[in-house]
Amino acid sequence: MSASQNWPLYEIFIRARGGLDHKHVGSLHAVDARMALEHARDVYTRRQEGVSIWAVRSTDIHASDPGESDSLFEPARDKVYRHPTFYDIPDAVKTL
Amino acid sequence: MNAATTSAGPVTAAVRKDYVLQLADTSLILGQRLGEWVGHAPAIEEDLGLANTALDLVGQARMLLTYAGELEGEGRDEDQLAFLREERDFRNLALVEQPNRDFGHTIVRQVLVDAYQLELYERLQHSTDARLAAIAAKALKETRYHLRYSGSWLVRLGDGTAESHARVQDALERLWPFTRELFEELEADRALSAAGIAPELAVVAVAWRARLDPLFAEATLNRPKDAPFRWFGRRGVHSEHLGYILADMQYMQRTHPGAQW
Repeated sequence: MSASQNWPLYEIFIRARGGLDHKHVGSLHAVDARMALEHARDVYTRRQEGVSIWAVRSTDIHASDPGESDSLFEPARDKVYRHPTFYDIPDAVKTL
Repeated sequence: MNAATTSAGPVTAAVRKDYVLQLADTSLILGQRLGEWVGHAPAIEEDLGLANTALDLVGQARMLLTYAGELEGEGRDEDQLAFLREERDFRNLALVEQPNRDFGHTIVRQVLVDAYQLELYERLQHSTDARLAAIAAKALKETRYHLRYSGSWLVRLGDGTAESHARVQDALERLWPFTRELFEELEADRALSAAGIAPELAVVAVAWRARLDPLFAEATLNRPKDAPFRWFGRRGVHSEHLGYILADMQYMQRTHPGAQW
């Protein structure tokens, strides 16, 4: 029906402020990367949400299989010693 | 010596107001035209893109109309100037009142105006009129993006399929005659440029062409031959389309005077 249904899908990531990381905000259709950035600017930053945009073809994102969640993530559950909570952090260190 | 009084004639508040109205109305009417796409654009992303540009233009018009009202000194504000003036009092370029037709036609009109406003605002930001300079500096940032948007579409359509190429070339032929007015110098224009308020139109014309020619080349479009101009919107002489735009745009204020929301 609409032209955009024939256009590839892009995932959009926005950096809200300098120093922060890019966060996934949604997806949109565009014919190429340049148009994806323009659309992202028009769709996702019109209320001053960002200072930087990444656009990635959705087909370039490889996702883990939810069916494999048990073997991928369960084994970490009983390994609390991997959390750095067993260390005393000196008061002078502010950024941890 | 007062820079505002030269051999080209003095720049009265009335001359200044008329110039500011030309800029304001061009942005306002183009913004209104682009707004017609909302809900009808080929993709929802373009819907938002066109609406953003439309809102930028209306924002420029608001600042300029407010300033024009102050120069006039009769207590009219932006709303009264936008919604209660009649067709002959509008000073927009006839180019911007031309109908949207198809998306390609809208893009061609947009490229022609974006490049014009870009070259104009680049120079107006150094105007001796501090108020105008400030408005131009703000509008310039918006306009750079407008041309990025419209320019990339022009290339995509011009250098796209046989159908899209034919449509935008046809749009260029239809709209080109209306560009003659952009650089036609009136007596007031000479006075304004002599006073450093506005740039010389001949200079803007050269820069405009230099900006468009590479775009046309990339879009594989032929720049049409110059034709004698037929309209002069800046003097209030409009094509048949402006009346319909105003009917749409002004209906609410004229039916419910003073209504606010």
